[in-house]
Amino acid sequence: MTGAATVGRADTAARRSRVLRYVGGRLLTAVVSLFAVMVTSFFLFRILPGDPVRAMTTGREVTVEQQAELRRQFGLDQPLWQQFLDYCAGLARFDFGLSYQYRVPVSELIAEAIGPTVLLAGTGTLVAALIGVTLGIRAGWRHGSVGDRANTAVALFLFSVPSFWLGLLFIVVLASGTGWLPGLFPTGGMATPGVDGVVAVTVDVGHHLVLPVATMVAVVYAQYLMIMRSSMLDETGADYLTTARAKGLRDALVLRRHAVPNALLPTVTLIFLNLGRVVGGVILIETVFSWPGLGSLFYSGLQVPDLPLVQALFVVFASAVIIMNLLADLVYPLLDPRVRT
Amino acid sequence: MNYLEVEDLRVSYHTPEGEVPAVRGVGFGLAAGSKLGLAGESGCGKSTVALALLRLLPRSAGIRGRILLDGEDVLTMRWGRLRAVRWAGASIVFQGAMHSLNAVRRVGHQIAEPIRLHGSVPRDRVPQRVGELLDQVGLPGWRARSYPHELSGGQRQRVMIAMALACEPRLVIADEPTTALDVMIQAQILRLLDRLVGEHDISMLMISHDLSVLSGSCDRLAVMYAGRVVEEGPAHAVVTDARHPYAAALGSAFPTVGDPASRRAPHGLPGDPPDPADLPSGCAFRPRCAVVEDRCAAIDPVLWPVDSDSAGSAGRSAACVRVLDSAAPEDTGAPDGAETATTRVADPDTTLPTQESGAQY
Repeated sequence: MTGAATVGRADTAARRSRVLRYVGGRLLTAVVSLFAVMVTSFFLFRILPGDPVRAMTTGREVTVEQQAELRRQFGLDQPLWQQFLDYCAGLARFDFGLSYQYRVPVSELIAEAIGPTVLLAGTGTLVAALIGVTLGIRAGWRHGSVGDRANTAVALFLFSVPSFWLGLLFIVVLASGTGWLPGLFPTGGMATPGVDGVVAVTVDVGHHLVLPVATMVAVVYAQYLMIMRSSMLDETGADYLTTARAKGLRDALVLRRHAVPNALLPTVTLIFLNLGRVVGGVILIETVFSWPGLGSLFYSGLQVPDLPLVQALFVVFASAVIIMNLLADLVYPLLDPRVRT
Repeated sequence: MNYLEVEDLRVSYHTPEGEVPAVRGVGFGLAAGSKLGLAGESGCGKSTVALALLRLLPRSAGIRGRILLDGEDVLTMRWGRLRAVRWAGASIVFQGAMHSLNAVRRVGHQIAEPIRLHGSVPRDRVPQRVGELLDQVGLPGWRARSYPHELSGGQRQRVMIAMALACEPRLVIADEPTTALDVMIQAQILRLLDRLVGEHDISMLMISHDLSVLSGSCDRLAVMYAGRVVEEGPAHAVVTDARHPYAAALGSAFPTVGDPASRRAPHGLPGDPPDPADLPSGCAFRPRCAVVEDRCAAIDPVLWPVDSDSAGSAGRSAACVRVLDSAAPEDTGAPDGAETATTRVADPDTTLPTQESGAQY
């Protein structure tokens, strides 16, 4: 069997070099995309109409000298190419400059807000994916059944509901309380001031998290349900499922061991894409629930316009999508051996 | 007693247009260790028969009749019993192993799955057993770690055969086992299947559209047309001296080795198989038959013993009015019971009563 063993070894070596080439290719694509995002974000916000200095000083008496001083302070008197170089050098040090409106480094603002956003949107996406995929598997496996039709109808109804409206409804009914119903949940924010201790804070944040996450889940889980359902439908007639049944497997095992692993592939891509959008994607929900996250920050930055802040957030949002795409590309071959070759 | 005994098997599919009969009364028996070939063009119901044997047809199919596997009726079995019989009592070598194997699981895992499920060997011996099985079909042991797409068509079919033998069943159903393979690989796979089935004393039901494949591997042949067996007998006799015009046409569609004339001009059969939802009156083969007569529109012939006077006709039967003519009317008994595989005459009634939708899964 030495011949066979050698073939086997050569096979693994070839496989390893294929994997390296695959990973390298994906990394390169991601880096190029990131660079394009950097350049775009700089020039995009220079083209936008509106003078930042005028915006900063609205409603106040300022002399021309003061305006010039502000321009100098924020580097706006420099030629465009000089500003771009400073911007690139800053990015390399995670230095996005000073916020026009808060007068503190943008990186500090982002660092403060990113945690709450990841907590809210990450939890929301994972819960939505879990519910959507589970229901989608059952709906697809028993397609045409009462359960399938009911599930699909409810999911699509909720999908068509505007998230801010549903959020407000939750606040009115479950947070403020109406009639005999007491307010069960806080109306907004992420924490009650004065709560201390790890356990108490965790419980408090969890309590604040319920309504925004519920809003998000209700509105987005239909995506996962529909994708998972249609992937399951594609698999139901497949020959390998007949083989699995012929082997004597119970229906539940045919589903779990054979149909789901094959049907999961498109849904995984969707989950990763949505995780990338998570960081910037819940502006409406964050605003409705006064959640101190990146969405609220972006919203406040747009009103000024606070160029360094908005520009930096743009880079953060886009990078998150690119990185999650990269992760999806790297995880996919683990799930589908056919992609590995 | 025959290991497999199929009696008056009828399968129809529920469609929006109504009941469509796919199998219209098929019967045959298969003794332990014998090999029966089931031939016919696509759509004649042969694969439906294969799937019906283990109740693997979709829910939209209604099955009637009796399928006795080792004396037990598969169609009335409880679920638990049915699952225990699947693969351990009878396994299937499916067609086109690319789609019949799960693309995201290693082949070793897929071979091991029924072994673990049916507890054929102690748990700690499963990997060793998988190695033995791969060795039996001529694949090196490290192939257990391969995925189906990393194997060639012939190798995948070998994996499929290893899988079919995993639980040492007494019957293997080979459904078009070599259809997607080129001729050289086809011959290898057939030899392999033949050898393994012989060594383990397994009965085999081989299904193919290719008479030459079947005649090489099987003791007896049954030719199906439009959901019925139209001719049945010893393999050699059916191929060389068919009594039913359809079986004859199917035989001459493949060139005979050593006969240049037939190789240059294989005879095709004009026309298409009939729509099962709209069968012609009388004999279903009538519209394509070269020797059709007026009475064929009125008579729907059943399997009838071929005149046993002529040489090589023992245990043969065919469903054609011309066979009916030549046979003595008193000779209504089933064909010679001493045969290893026999086909029973089906109820000539073609109408299929609507049946209660029994769940097949």
